Amino acid sequence: MKNNEYIQPSLNGHFGKYGGKFVPETLMTPLAELETMYLECRNDSMFQTELFELHKNYTGRPTPLSYAEQLTKYYGKGKIFLKREDLCHTGAHKINNALGQILLAKRLGKKRIIAETGAGQHGVATATVCAKFGLQCVVYMGETDIERQKLNVYRMRLLGAEVRPVTSGSRTLKDATNEAIRDWVTNVADTHYIIGSVVGPHPYPMLVRDFQSVIGMETRQQILAAAGRLPDYIVACVGGGSNAMGMFYPFIEDSSVILIGVEAAGYGLTTDKHSATLTLGTDGIFQGMRTYLLQNEEGQVSEVHSISAGLDYPGVGPEHCFLKDSGRVLYRAVTDDEALNALKLLTIKEGILPALESSHAIAYLEKLMLETPKDEVVIVNVSGRGDKDLATIIANEGMDE
Amino acid sequence: MKIREYIDSVNNSGTKVLTAFLTAGYPEKNGFVELAQEVFEAGADMLEIGIPFSDPLADGPIIQHSSQVALANGITIRNCLQYAEEIRKLTDKPLIAMGYANPILRYGVKNFINDAASAGYSGVIIPDLVVEEYNELFPDERIPLDVILLCTPTSSAERLQQIDNKSTGFVYCVSVAGTTGIGKTHDEGVLESVGFCREHVKKNKMLVGFGISTPEDVLRFAPFCDGVIVGSAIVRLLEEDKKSNYRSIKNLISGLKKSCIS
Repeated sequence: MKNNEYIQPSLNGHFGKYGGKFVPETLMTPLAELETMYLECRNDSMFQTELFELHKNYTGRPTPLSYAEQLTKYYGKGKIFLKREDLCHTGAHKINNALGQILLAKRLGKKRIIAETGAGQHGVATATVCAKFGLQCVVYMGETDIERQKLNVYRMRLLGAEVRPVTSGSRTLKDATNEAIRDWVTNVADTHYIIGSVVGPHPYPMLVRDFQSVIGMETRQQILAAAGRLPDYIVACVGGGSNAMGMFYPFIEDSSVILIGVEAAGYGLTTDKHSATLTLGTDGIFQGMRTYLLQNEEGQVSEVHSISAGLDYPGVGPEHCFLKDSGRVLYRAVTDDEALNALKLLTIKEGILPALESSHAIAYLEKLMLETPKDEVVIVNVSGRGDKDLATIIANEGMDE
Repeated sequence: MKIREYIDSVNNSGTKVLTAFLTAGYPEKNGFVELAQEVFEAGADMLEIGIPFSDPLADGPIIQHSSQVALANGITIRNCLQYAEEIRKLTDKPLIAMGYANPILRYGVKNFINDAASAGYSGVIIPDLVVEEYNELFPDERIPLDVILLCTPTSSAERLQQIDNKSTGFVYCVSVAGTTGIGKTHDEGVLESVGFCREHVKKNKMLVGFGISTPEDVLRFAPFCDGVIVGSAIVRLLEEDKKSNYRSIKNLISGLKKSCIS
C-alpha cells in the first residue's frame, strides 16, 4: 500500500528547491566520483554485507527498542518506546554514517580522511573508523568547542586522529565545517571528507540519510513485533538532522505515522540565542546547500546557541527543509532548560542518561503527551548517551551533594 | 564598458589583463574609493570588489580576515553598490563584483543584478555557483551583467566546455586546487593543468587567479592566459601599507603590470 510514494532527492540532488551543489568548482569532480561510487555500492550486495557485518559485530546493531515503562507511567498514558542509539559503539548514532563512508573512502582509494565536529561525537566516530581501517584522520573542531568538550578531544587523539583547532569565525561547528571544506578543496586528490550529518552538497544529504536509515528500518520491525502495529508518533532531535532523517525515512510513506523533529530553542525563540533553523530560519545558501538558514538581513550567517554542541548549527539538512514545506514532518523547538529537565527525568525514571541533543526529543513529550488521547504508541529516538555532557550539566546545575 | 571588449582591446595592444582584487571596505570603510583609484593608477586594468561574507569557504586566511574586518566596519551590499557608483565617476575600466551566493540571494538575485549593473558593475563572480546550479539563481535568459564562471585543475574537458558555454565576460581559471592565498604554484603540473583549461576554453577569454603574487608568477602564466587576477598578495599588504599611502601596493601593481606587458 504505497499511496504516498516518496522519491527524493531528484537526480541532480535537489529536495524541492533545497539541496543541490553550491560549492567551489574544484569539488564538483570529487562529488561526482563519490556519487557514482555510492550508487554502485548501494546496489552491491558485497558492500551491503560488509557494512551489515560491521554493524552487527562492531557497532552492536541492532540496537534495542526499549519500552519505557516508568516514563509511560509518569505521563499516565500512551506507550512510550525508546530507540537506543545511545548503545551504539562510541555512544551515538554517528558511527552508522562513519562506517558507511569509510567503506566508500576505501573503495575510492583515498588515503586520508577529514571530518568536522561540534560536540566531538562525529569526530570520535570518524577517528574510530579510521583507527580500525588504518587511515590517516584529521578532525577540525572550533576552539570554543575544544574548550567545552575536552574529553572527546583527548579521546580522538588516543584514537590517533589529529584534532586541528579552528580559530575563524565563531569558532564552533559551522567554522569547523568551513575549514574542513577548505582542506578538502586543497587536498582533494587523496582525501575523503566524512561529513557528519545530512548537510552539505549532494550527494552527502542523500548518502548520510541512507546510512542512518538503519535506525528507522530496525525500529519499524521492532515496533511491529512489540506493539503489533506502526507507531502513532515518532520524535527525534534535529541539528543538522541525521538521526531524525535516518529514523523518519523508512516511515515517510506511512501517512498515519506523525513525525516530529525537535530543534534547539536555546534561551528561547524570542531571544537571539537559539538554533531553531526550521522554526525561525529563512531561505539561504550555506556550506554547499540551499537550506533554511539563521541569518541577518544582509545574508550574514548568525552565531547560534544551544546547550548541546551537536545542535549548535545555523543551517539544517535540505531534506528537512523540504519535509517542513510539504508538511510531512512537524518541527518544534524546546529550550535548554526543558532539555536539561528531560535529561534528568529520563535518567531518574529509566536509568538512561541521554545526550543533551537527544534530551530535546525527550523534552517534547511534555507537550506531546498532553495532547494525546490514551493509547498512542510514541517512539523517541535516543540518538546518543549523555556521558560526554556531564561537564556541561555540572556547569549548569552545580554539583549538589 | 563590456568586459569582453575591454579584454580584447588590452590584449590587442599586446599586453595581458591585470585584475586586482580588493575586499569592499577593507582596510577602512572611508577611503576605499581612493584606494581603488590608486590601484587603477598603478596599472590595474580591472578591479574585482569582494562583497564580505561571514563564511567565505573558497578563501584562505588573508581574505577571510579582510572579510571579517569589512563586516565589522559595517559593510553591506548597498555600500558595495555605492563604491561602484563613485569609482565609476573616476574611470571607465571594468568593475566586477565578487560575492558568495547567500548575501546575493538574501538581497534578491534579480534586484542584485539590476542594481549592480546600474551602479556600474560589468560582471559578477560567485565562487560557490557552479554551472549545474546556474539556472537556480539565474532562470532568466537576459542578465544585465556578465556572470563569470570558474574552472579549476579538477574540471574535466566536458565540464570546461559547459563552463565556457555558460560563462560571459571571461572564464576565471583557478590555477590550483585550494583556497585563495596559497602559494603552491611552482610545480610544472600547475602550468600543465592551466594549459589544459586554456585548450578547452574557446569561446571566452581566460584569466588565471589563485596563487599569483609576484611579477615572476605573471611571466610564468602569461603564455597560458589572457590575463591574471591578483587578490591575497594585495590584500595582505593593505593594513600595514595604509600608513604609507599604499606605497607597497602601488609598487606591487606596477611591477605586475610590467610583467603583463613583456
